[in-house]
Amino acid sequence: MVGLLHSIEIALGATCLGLLIGTGGAYGKLYGGPVVRDLLAVYTTIVRAVPELVLILLLYYAGTDLINQALTAMGYQRVDISGLAAGIAVLGFVQGAYSTEVIRGAILAIPQGQIEAARAYGMSPGLLLRRITLPAMLPFAIPGLANLWLIATKDTALLAVVGFYELALATRQAAGVTKAYFTFFVAAGVLYLLLSLVSNFLIGRVEVWSRRGMPSLKEAR
Amino acid sequence: MASETAIINVVARTSLWLQPHRIVLILIALGLVAGAVFFMRWDWLPQYYEMGLLGIWRSLWILAVTCALGFLFAVPLGLAQATGSFWFAAPAKVFCTVIRGTPLLIQLWLLYYGLGSLFPQYPWIRESWMWPYLRQAWPYGVLALTLSFAGYEGEVMRGAFAGVPKGQLEAARAFGMSRWKIFRRIWLPQAFYRALPTLTGETVLQLKSTPLVATISVIDIFAVSSKVRQDTYLTYEPLLLLALIYMTITGVLVFAFSRIEARIPVKIG
Repeated sequence: MVGLLHSIEIALGATCLGLLIGTGGAYGKLYGGPVVRDLLAVYTTIVRAVPELVLILLLYYAGTDLINQALTAMGYQRVDISGLAAGIAVLGFVQGAYSTEVIRGAILAIPQGQIEAARAYGMSPGLLLRRITLPAMLPFAIPGLANLWLIATKDTALLAVVGFYELALATRQAAGVTKAYFTFFVAAGVLYLLLSLVSNFLIGRVEVWSRRGMPSLKEAR
Repeated sequence: MASETAIINVVARTSLWLQPHRIVLILIALGLVAGAVFFMRWDWLPQYYEMGLLGIWRSLWILAVTCALGFLFAVPLGLAQATGSFWFAAPAKVFCTVIRGTPLLIQLWLLYYGLGSLFPQYPWIRESWMWPYLRQAWPYGVLALTLSFAGYEGEVMRGAFAGVPKGQLEAARAFGMSRWKIFRRIWLPQAFYRALPTLTGETVLQLKSTPLVATISVIDIFAVSSKVRQDTYLTYEPLLLLALIYMTITGVLVFAFSRIEARIPVKIG
């Protein structure tokens, strides 16, 4: 059960971090200069082409190593980075690449006039982002982001491979101790499934809320 | 004349593509690669060269087999969900939901550790001809990846089957085609064309989940790199090379699928 909590914590943290990176990345891709745009293209392409497992291993070791080296270079003591923080950072980095693409597409789907009107009102870029772009893009982005959230919950299982204690690893250890492999893995599967179904339901509610005032999809067809 | 314009076009396109900042970025990237080649240790490469090739071959083999088998499963799954009666549609729907709602790692471990630990309890399984296969790890890996691909692709095929215009099927029926013939000549090809772009993405996703079989001791390219890391105590070099290999395979896959996609008639429906 502690494992399940850890899994949810990581998935939540990673999705939030991913959303931040994704919003920044989408803005960079749409409005950034040529250098920023190219760098972001490299980032999203590479992250989406390499298996998550490899990325997790690479970032997990490289990230902790780099931070420790930087700390020793600055004359501080080496720190042990908690698995939770490392897991969130790594998965967030991966999620960021995917959500960049989702959010970029969603921003492009906003009718151009809305943003132009906001500019004509003299809104500052920050206000524009908060009041117009983010709310207007939400209905277009929700389906993609929902997929990403489900992927994030399932990707947390991969962290078991680098030895982080979450649901998958907890199950494996419990199964190994009691020798009841079948029961424990089925139970873990049911827990993951419940997590997915509950979040599907919640996301459906959020989607309805974010589409308020828009014509429903069925009528539009 | 035509060739001249073509050459001019190519030159114009390259000059568009090779803007000054791009040249700088490419130089930096080349510098990074050169730095990686010169300052990191690569002396282990000759020793593990053959093993690595075998690992790549095994990864590709698993990818091909699971995609083909998974697609074969996905067609009836999609068909059952799109048209079947409740008794066909409901189990297919449940199967897809369960597969898509649980992590592949859990499915894999459930099959390997769970089922694998149940089998030896029954003597008649131990004595049957299947036992030599059931003792190895790869059948479980292939089975889990196949089921997972079928689950995801079944959902895609459901949409594709439902998306084929009704008029096409009615016209085929009016021609007096048998049901099987309609399915083979009209329905399946059109659904396949519709599903093809998604199929590309699914295949790349499948490639990215093949390294999971390394956790149940199948020696694919990922397992080879782990072995190199354990033997030589190097952290980054094998992983970087591994990432490069996967990126190459992804690139080749995407290119191949785009060639296939370019061959099919564009306007459908």
